[in-house]
Amino acid sequence: MTEPGKVRLSIDGKEIETSAKATVLDAAKQAGIHIPTLCADDQLAPYAGCRLCIVEIEKMRGLPPSCATNVAEGMVVRTNTPELHRVRKMLMEMLLSDHPYDCLACAKNLHCELQKMAEEFGIRERKLRHLTRESVLDESNAFYSRDMTKCVLCAKCVRACKEINGVTAIDLSGRGFNSIVQPFGDGPISESVCESCGECVERCPTAALSIKKQVWPDKEVSTICPYCGTGCGILLGIKDGKIVGVRGDKNNPVSRGQLCVKGRFGAFEFIGHPARLKKPLLKKNGEFVEASWPEALDYMAEKLKPYIGADRFAALSSAKCTNEENYLMQKFARAVMKTNNIDHCARLCHASTVAGLADSFGSGAMTNSIDEFRDAELILVTGSNTTENHPIIGYRIREALRKGAKLIVFDPRETWLANQAWLWCRQKPGTDVAWINGLIRIILKEGLENKKFISERTEGFEDLKKTVDKYTPEYVSKISGVPEEQLFQAARAYATAGKSSILYSMGITQHSHGTDNVQSLANLAMVCGQIGRAATGVNPLRGQNNVQGACDLGALPDVFPGYQKVADEALRKKFEDAWGVPLSSHPGLTIVEMLNAAADGKIKALYIMGENPLLSDPDLHHVEQGLKALDFLVVQDIFLTETAQLADLVLPSACFAEKEGTFTNTERRVQLLNKALDPPGEAKPDWEIICELADRLGYPMSYPDPAEIMEEARKLTPQYHGISHSRLKGGCDLCWPCPNQDHPGARILHQDRFTRGKGKFTAIEHLGPAELPDKQYPFTLITGRILYHFHTGTMTRKSAGLNQIVPGPYAELNPVDAKKMKVKNGDQLRVASRRGEIKVAARVTEVVNIGELFIPFHFYEGAANVLTNPALDPVAKIPEFKVCAVKVEKAAGEK
Amino acid sequence: MNEFPKILSANWGKPNSAGIETYLASGGYEAARKALGMEPAKVSQEVLDAGLRGRGGAGFPAGRKWTFMPKDNRPRYLCVNADEGEPGTFKDRDIMRFDPHMLIEGIIIACWAMQANNSYIYIRGEFEEPAKILEKAIQEANQKGFLGGKIFGKDFNLQVWVHRGAGAYICGEETSLIESLEGKRGNPRIRPPFPPQKGVFDQPTTVNNVETIASVPFIIREGIPAYRKFGTEKSPGTKLFSVSGHINKPGVYELPLGYPLMNFINEVAGGMIAGIKLKAVIPGGSSTPVLRAEECQNVNLDYESLAAAGSMLGSGAVTVIGEGTCMVKLLEILTHFYAHESCGQCTPCREGAPWAAQIAKRIHEGKAELNDIDVLSSLGANMMGRTICPLADAAACPIIDFPKKFREEFEAHIRNKGCPQAKPFPVEFK
Ligand SMILES: Cc1cc2nc3c(=O)[nH]c(=O)nc-3n(C[C@H](O)[C@H](O)[C@H](O)COP(=O)(O)O)c2cc1C
Ligand code: SF4
Ligand code: SF4
Ligand code: SF4
Ligand code: SF4
Ligand code: FES
Repeated sequence: MTEPGKVRLSIDGKEIETSAKATVLDAAKQAGIHIPTLCADDQLAPYAGCRLCIVEIEKMRGLPPSCATNVAEGMVVRTNTPELHRVRKMLMEMLLSDHPYDCLACAKNLHCELQKMAEEFGIRERKLRHLTRESVLDESNAFYSRDMTKCVLCAKCVRACKEINGVTAIDLSGRGFNSIVQPFGDGPISESVCESCGECVERCPTAALSIKKQVWPDKEVSTICPYCGTGCGILLGIKDGKIVGVRGDKNNPVSRGQLCVKGRFGAFEFIGHPARLKKPLLKKNGEFVEASWPEALDYMAEKLKPYIGADRFAALSSAKCTNEENYLMQKFARAVMKTNNIDHCARLCHASTVAGLADSFGSGAMTNSIDEFRDAELILVTGSNTTENHPIIGYRIREALRKGAKLIVFDPRETWLANQAWLWCRQKPGTDVAWINGLIRIILKEGLENKKFISERTEGFEDLKKTVDKYTPEYVSKISGVPEEQLFQAARAYATAGKSSILYSMGITQHSHGTDNVQSLANLAMVCGQIGRAATGVNPLRGQNNVQGACDLGALPDVFPGYQKVADEALRKKFEDAWGVPLSSHPGLTIVEMLNAAADGKIKALYIMGENPLLSDPDLHHVEQGLKALDFLVVQDIFLTETAQLADLVLPSACFAEKEGTFTNTERRVQLLNKALDPPGEAKPDWEIICELADRLGYPMSYPDPAEIMEEARKLTPQYHGISHSRLKGGCDLCWPCPNQDHPGARILHQDRFTRGKGKFTAIEHLGPAELPDKQYPFTLITGRILYHFHTGTMTRKSAGLNQIVPGPYAELNPVDAKKMKVKNGDQLRVASRRGEIKVAARVTEVVNIGELFIPFHFYEGAANVLTNPALDPVAKIPEFKVCAVKVEKAAGEK
Repeated sequence: MNEFPKILSANWGKPNSAGIETYLASGGYEAARKALGMEPAKVSQEVLDAGLRGRGGAGFPAGRKWTFMPKDNRPRYLCVNADEGEPGTFKDRDIMRFDPHMLIEGIIIACWAMQANNSYIYIRGEFEEPAKILEKAIQEANQKGFLGGKIFGKDFNLQVWVHRGAGAYICGEETSLIESLEGKRGNPRIRPPFPPQKGVFDQPTTVNNVETIASVPFIIREGIPAYRKFGTEKSPGTKLFSVSGHINKPGVYELPLGYPLMNFINEVAGGMIAGIKLKAVIPGGSSTPVLRAEECQNVNLDYESLAAAGSMLGSGAVTVIGEGTCMVKLLEILTHFYAHESCGQCTPCREGAPWAAQIAKRIHEGKAELNDIDVLSSLGANMMGRTICPLADAAACPIIDFPKKFREEFEAHIRNKGCPQAKPFPVEFK
């Protein structure tokens, strides 16, 4: 008997048991039987076009294509008869007849599936006379070439663009032999909506789509993308000790081989870049001179010694470093330097999430996993330009949309998702509490709340109810600019869908009331009981690849690893016992506070690992003052960043590709890095540097490898108790909380109870942004990120291709404002706030609203953060990056 | 017109034959009223028992097709295939031009039988005039309460929409038609799933030809025996034949099925043009196998007789080919048509058809070698039964048959280094 859901069939005499949903091709693959294919792809719907995969099936007419034929019980299949061989050979001859004859000079020579297949069929010459396909070579894309004379029309590219990425930049046009893959309007691909994700190039069997300057690697090492918090798996291709390319890792459960443009094309040039730091640099008389490691570390230890226990030292850890390194860095600050002055850039992106969700639910992380977005019936996206900033999560949302999910977007900018949404509400920046309270009020008035959930699972509802009462649709509409009708539509749809998921990012958190925003979303989810189930929840998308892990492992001033409060006596005792030293009970300073304290002379020494506050922090002029006022600044980085240039000592570190350890992605999934290369010159992994430094300061730290660091860390971190390198190496797929070594990890949080017990409603009043436009500064500036660059550009701006696509800073300006100011696309603008002034090129677009301006913060030569307001959220101390008041002028006489 | 019994073309000669009053005067819409008083399943059964077979080409029993529609509560659709793009076929156009209400009444009955509340008429883009006539007829039927909400006073709603096609022959293939209706590029879909499982907007759908649907009112109104009075036991009823080529009176004729082919050519359609001799007939549209003159002698125009002769009734488009026609040139023209109309998904069709066209051209121009005839045959064999939709089969049909049935002529071209005739056609094709 076959199991339910399984069928048994015979292929070439082999008995096979397989899933009833499998195709004959799947079943053959499973049995190790090779069937030639050109158009089949396991992630794409069957196309059945190339016909090479034909087979003979008893009791079936003709020669059915195995890629599009389902298995059935008792089926008898033959894949390799003389007749099949003859037909396939003829097909190959047809395909080759219109193919250019220049294999030796072709980019895919020896890597071309068509070529391999021709070999398989022993085709040496062409029977059919030459028919040529005409097409112009398109080299306009920064990363790949399009040569449609080499296209075999398998349509994998078209389908990948539609089914994987979802942008549909290309399609087949023309018919029959004149079919051709083209972007809309047949212009150059660079002028289409193509996002350069390379999903098409990856799949193209021939050189019709080929990577420019392709070098084929000798081996590939699987690791994790160094950019956003999605945590995609990449394969670093290595040849002659150099990284020559990146491919998606199909075995990675998050990305399944899919990547965005940054991961696929922009994640390796920086690794072997000549500007990488190779030796420690000591500043002598204002000039950097190379130093040996012993010299540098001895010097550093000597300089830091006086600050032990004095709270005049601070450390900045890094969301780009591994969990193990973050653990060590906070241990260094706490156990060696005896201070809690440790923070990292999470302060600048999601501190309000960590604070807000921890207070509302008990855990400050995504409540659900990334894949669940695909199954949501409704997705409410706010303050997240997901398709640009977390592209693979964007793919999952696009997948949900294709499956019929409703999308509601609240965003001041018309992002791709806003454009595709069922309902796009354009709120005024900084009015989030108002609209969220407004939705809750409508839900309560219409009786759409989940009464059972509220009464059984939550507390504080009455206060919330009282507070939201004044947020009538009229009132909310006046504050936020969202039409009343849209508020009703959004409230009803969110509350009544079976599975509604909230997804947000920095548009919610980076405000002087970011924690309020986050807790308001938590309120909304709890009122409707849209949490604790699959494909629901409140889901903050974390910005950096390891920002979740850096927080989890305690690179925060008020908590030890695992969010255990330093002020809590019992918890402190636990760490004192483990680390064998007394520890400080005062929470330390946050980033912005540290820099303020430095400017005030209260912090004297700063140790920065892998961060670039001189570009990433608000009010850069003030940051610079702070850094310059320090007695001693050490920067440990892979490049001589803007911040490193101010340092007294610069330590060269290894990048992600040169070390081992783990990253935790935005869905709490802990993933292993693998070392692909040795670091350049004398650069070392951050963890080794910290250990050697600690030794010199009288606190020996000795670990043979990062796995051992994790052994220590996990025992002290309840969420990570069951997460060890050995389990991960064994293929376990673990999202925290994972309380013991047998636990499978958790995709969905708060299922039967909230981490804190009952979910807590927080009654919150709307308070506007700290700085509003006025006569003098009439525009609202929004800052953020874009698809093609990352953070302060340290890594992405080393990629020639990414620079080709977006070479420098710009400001999005609404056409109405542009017209008033007589500004054309590309004109230089002078943008000034109360804190500074920058020059950027104008990009005239309706993506931004009238009276608003958007500037990405990746560019040192037009650094948006010169302008931003360091006003802090009172709870999370996150600065208000998303709103400040600026004035804009055309820079006279300049283009 | 001839003196044969008329079902489909009964009203065609009348003044204002397309108007609803004309149709009502001839007993129009009584069948619909009657059908709506019957159990839906009973209606399908009657149509099945009457022996009505699909007139779009494949000849599948219409009543049986309707019973494939699942009985769940998803919305169901009837798509009427009015794409009529096959060379030589031009019968559906006349139904829509001269008697659109017969089609609409058929739609009402079919939709009731399948409990479908929406029907699309997918009409060939070039058919501007018929589309206008249909629109007007739908409006009239709406005003009379035959379409719209609660039709004929029953608790049954029915909307009929006319959808203008995008001008590709392939859009007549039923799954391609569905894609095109959904606003996509008209590429045929992989089957399974078949349209009754997953059709328009992924909902259960039946696709029927115009003539098939237009034949239904008579069956319901007059009953099975009345319908079976015409035609043969296995091919009952009447059918429209569109005749073209070297014939004196090209046009559309309604004949009872089973009528002798030679009588049709020589008597009904006025005989061969300019007295030339018959060379061959393509009896059912360009996608059906060609018959040499001697193969036509005892053939009748019905499904079985044509199948026995090695061809098909198809859509009933009879192409008459006179002596003196160059079959190589004809193959080139036909193959070129298919190459042009291939959607391009399948290798054998996309590459095979232009290859065959190119070879036929080379043979005709005298630039070919003997071996090219075999390449042609093997190309044809590789296209047959190897593709997503039957267009490649249609294309392969002449590629296989012409060199086989007229090999001598093909070889002569090669020996002669060009067409032995002064011109490829004795008289212009009509
Ligand atoms: C290439 C191609 C073109 C076709 N064109 C038409 C057409 O124009 N009209 C039509 O009724 N059927 C056409 N068909 C047949 C349809 O696919 C379908 O079988 C028919 O509409 C079913 O209707 P019936 O069962 O009433 O005959 C075509 C089929 C193919 C493969
Ligand atoms: S690179 Fe990505 S977006 Fe561009 S055409 Fe290919 S699949 Fe589409
Ligand atoms: S460009 Fe490549 S992937 Fe796209 S259809 Fe052509 S051969 Fe296939
Ligand atoms: S989505 Fe994020 S993690 Fe994935 S490849 Fe792109 S930048 Fe890297
Ligand atoms: S047989 Fe021809 S027309 Fe039909 S799907 Fe294949 S390529 Fe398209
Ligand atoms: S792989 Fe199946 S038809 Fe191409």
